[in-house]
Amino acid sequence: MAEKVQIKVVVNGVEHHSEVEPRLLLVHYLRETLGLTGTHVGCDTSQCGACTVHLDGQAVKSCTLFAVQADGSSITTIEGLGSVDKLHPVQEGFWEMHGLQCGFCTPGMIMAAADLLNRNPQPSEEEIRHALEGNLCRCTGYHNIVRAVQYAANKMAGKVGVAADD
Amino acid sequence: MAEKLFGKAMKRVEDPRFITGTGNYTDDMTLPGMVHAAMVRSPYAHARIKKIDTSKAQAHPGVLAVITGQEMKDAGINSIPTGWLHPGIKTPPHYAITFDKARHVGDIVAAVIAETRQIAEDAAQLVEVDYEPLPAVSLGSEALKPGAPAVHDDVPDNVCFTWSIGDKEAVDRAFASAYKTVKLKLRNNRLVPNAMEPRASLAQYHKASDEYTLWTTSQNPHIHRLLIAAFIMGIPEHKLRVIAPDVGGGFGSKIYQYPEEIIVLYAAKKLGRPVKWTARRSESFVTDSHGRDHETVAEMAVDQNGKITAVRVDTIANMGAYLTTFAPAVPTYLYGCLLAGTYTTPHIYCHVTAPFTHTTPVDAYRGAGRPEATYLLERLVDVMAHELGMDPVEFRRKNLIPPDAFPYQTPVALQYDSGNYEANLDKALEMVGYKQLRQQQEEWRKQGRYMGIGVVTYIEACGLAPSALVGSLGAQAGQWESALVRVMPTGKVEVFTGTHSHGQGHETAFAQVVADELQIPVEDVVLVHGDTGRMPYGWGSYGSRSAPTGLSAIVLATRKIIDKAKKIAAHLLEAAPEDIVHENGKFMVKGVPDKAKTFFEIALQAHLAHNYPADLEPGLEATHFYDPKNFVYPFGTHVAVVEVDPETGKVKLLRYLSVDDCGPVINPLIAEGQVHGGIAQGLGQALLEEAVYDPEGQILSGNFLEYTLPRADDLVQIEHDHTVTPCPHNPLGVKGIGEAGTIASTAAIANAVMDALRPFGIVHLDMPYTPEKVWRAIQHSRLAQAAD
Ligand code: FES
Ligand code: FES
Repeated sequence: MAEKVQIKVVVNGVEHHSEVEPRLLLVHYLRETLGLTGTHVGCDTSQCGACTVHLDGQAVKSCTLFAVQADGSSITTIEGLGSVDKLHPVQEGFWEMHGLQCGFCTPGMIMAAADLLNRNPQPSEEEIRHALEGNLCRCTGYHNIVRAVQYAANKMAGKVGVAADD
Repeated sequence: MAEKLFGKAMKRVEDPRFITGTGNYTDDMTLPGMVHAAMVRSPYAHARIKKIDTSKAQAHPGVLAVITGQEMKDAGINSIPTGWLHPGIKTPPHYAITFDKARHVGDIVAAVIAETRQIAEDAAQLVEVDYEPLPAVSLGSEALKPGAPAVHDDVPDNVCFTWSIGDKEAVDRAFASAYKTVKLKLRNNRLVPNAMEPRASLAQYHKASDEYTLWTTSQNPHIHRLLIAAFIMGIPEHKLRVIAPDVGGGFGSKIYQYPEEIIVLYAAKKLGRPVKWTARRSESFVTDSHGRDHETVAEMAVDQNGKITAVRVDTIANMGAYLTTFAPAVPTYLYGCLLAGTYTTPHIYCHVTAPFTHTTPVDAYRGAGRPEATYLLERLVDVMAHELGMDPVEFRRKNLIPPDAFPYQTPVALQYDSGNYEANLDKALEMVGYKQLRQQQEEWRKQGRYMGIGVVTYIEACGLAPSALVGSLGAQAGQWESALVRVMPTGKVEVFTGTHSHGQGHETAFAQVVADELQIPVEDVVLVHGDTGRMPYGWGSYGSRSAPTGLSAIVLATRKIIDKAKKIAAHLLEAAPEDIVHENGKFMVKGVPDKAKTFFEIALQAHLAHNYPADLEPGLEATHFYDPKNFVYPFGTHVAVVEVDPETGKVKLLRYLSVDDCGPVINPLIAEGQVHGGIAQGLGQALLEEAVYDPEGQILSGNFLEYTLPRADDLVQIEHDHTVTPCPHNPLGVKGIGEAGTIASTAAIANAVMDALRPFGIVHLDMPYTPEKVWRAIQHSRLAQAAD
């Protein structure tokens, strides 16, 4: 077994010092070492986006990185994005617009959508569809995911509670 | 009392846990002392296992056990049975771990249990299996050829079963005297369900009580308990608890009894430690039962009035290497019986041959048989309309079953209970602007742009029932459903259902209905599902049965509660039970509104039983077992509009519209969500998805790089509306909506693409319509036209 490596990461605002195997994927570090099971694993070819988290403010597929590569960085997972008492607008949008069914793709989808709105606060439908192209959902047909992101965009722009229907 | 919730687009109560990452899926669970399993899988589609040397793997640090098929067989673990039998069907054994031969890529030949998943996977590489590769066959029609390699030694011709329905002679006569006939050779492409949550199972053995608990990604935990207890492992049924916690989508693929569930149970007892296995996606591709995979010759006959007189179908339905739980039902009763569709076709005959092949087993995938039937029927209708020079919509209209013909007996066993197809069609045509679309199509064609319009009028038979009927057709299971409604002393209500929600929103929709029935706030109702330790019994969720069957049981149980509550109220109010009315959330003496008791007061008294009718049992709970009288028959019209780029072959979806009739809609948000998702899966089959095998049984599209799921930019916003034709034989008139989208959309998109390609003289192409396939067909046709 390869020698373990010391890493320091800040996850959802909490600093962690861990000894990890060099081959440990970041997603498994989050799920198994830290017990943050909201980040999911849907594939083994980096195609599905279920594992999406924010690394230093940017969306990454956490199955494409080793935990050691995250050393020194700050990570936000779905658990840190918002809580039931204080939902992030994207979380709220998914709830309001029925942007989820089985919920499995949802954490990754929300993290990817939040990242999009950070970069582009008022995306068009086409831009939303394009931005979420790396996240697979087998349940929703994406219709209500698009509406959820539109809802969040409106909400973040101060148009509180206005559902973007079309 | 509060507003009526039936019909309200309530936000889902299950969502807060999912949007905050606090759901509880099987792979999220960790138990003290838990260890991990990894499977050693055959890389060959067909190979004799000459020897397995586990010594290196055993010696690997951290490995606790290497389990072989021989060991499990010697320990008395039996093969996995199928749950549906036809006369003469061949049911060769299916052992969790094979010990003689591997019969498909991914067949399990050994299992490694180790302290961590990493170690287990590493050690799985160290298991040395001496294979003798054997010739293999992957296509159904090839497997039926003389001399084809046999999948099972005791089924030398590979024929698992043959099946037919309908009056062949009458059909042949109708064809002989037809005005026109059309014939299509169709391949219904094999699909991989790909629920986003990979399968996972976690088993725990409690030595002191000799009890097992299995958490598993399942749509129907009781079916697993029954099969494992009664057939496979001989565990007394009451000593096995099966829990399906949050499950990340199923679409049929999580119905079946899979080998890994047996292996983790066996290992948990052997090691005395909890054992978990979670599929990698690449394992899902070769082990989750696949869907579809038909080779069909389909024919239609009409008379000179454009009335369909007969449909004749001959299908080879690939079963894969083993029969999984409902496989034999799918290409038979769920397929041949649907070939009347929405039409008055008097004569139908369908013959099915189901061969074994060296491929992953094939079973129900969303729609299960009905999408296959709808696809071939609706393709035939379009091709015939074109042959007759009729608009496909007008040809359909001429043949629709009229609203006054119900109940309508089809020539293929089913009796449709209700329907109003033409009104539904008209609504869809008006919404989509059908006439204008056809005009636009004309104009575009002049400009060299190729728009296609695909219309489908579908029927679905779902909520399989009644039990005696399905039993007579071969089901080894009942198809009723149970419910237990338990009122607590404080008036809060637990509802236990035998159906399972893995995305369908039952926790919300069913609670809405219970709150209405009991006239209490919806927050006071909680739905419990997915645990054999908690509910009376259940056959699970598939075949769009949860609302028509499961919810009917719940409603009838709540009505028993109300009856009893009235008796308690009558006692407390010193009135006769028949004088008590249940209104505005209260039980009151008719005409005397201030002589009333609240639901809470009654619940409390039912538990205290201090001031209580002498002849009444204390407590307030009711169980109901509901066996439906008939299937339910949702229907609808779907319209797809596409554009084909002749230079690239790319198909672009421009619009998609559906008007569905699932009876009264409980929660429009949820029902529409089901339709959207179903449409996307159907689009996947039509445009993107195919499990491709080479002739030797190697899967060539075994991951998301090669097997393309629909992504956000493959879809458009879906236009949706509904009509309401209640089911006449269940308490709420509800019908299923889970599969409708998939049943209709594949055919609608296929018809649209073929409509777009009509100017090129292309009559039919097999799905999926990848750019390459479409481009080649266009080139071919252009060359042929140039040569003329
Ligand atoms: S698990 Fe990371 S992309 Fe699928
Ligand atoms: S909600 Fe189930 S995969 Fe997206």
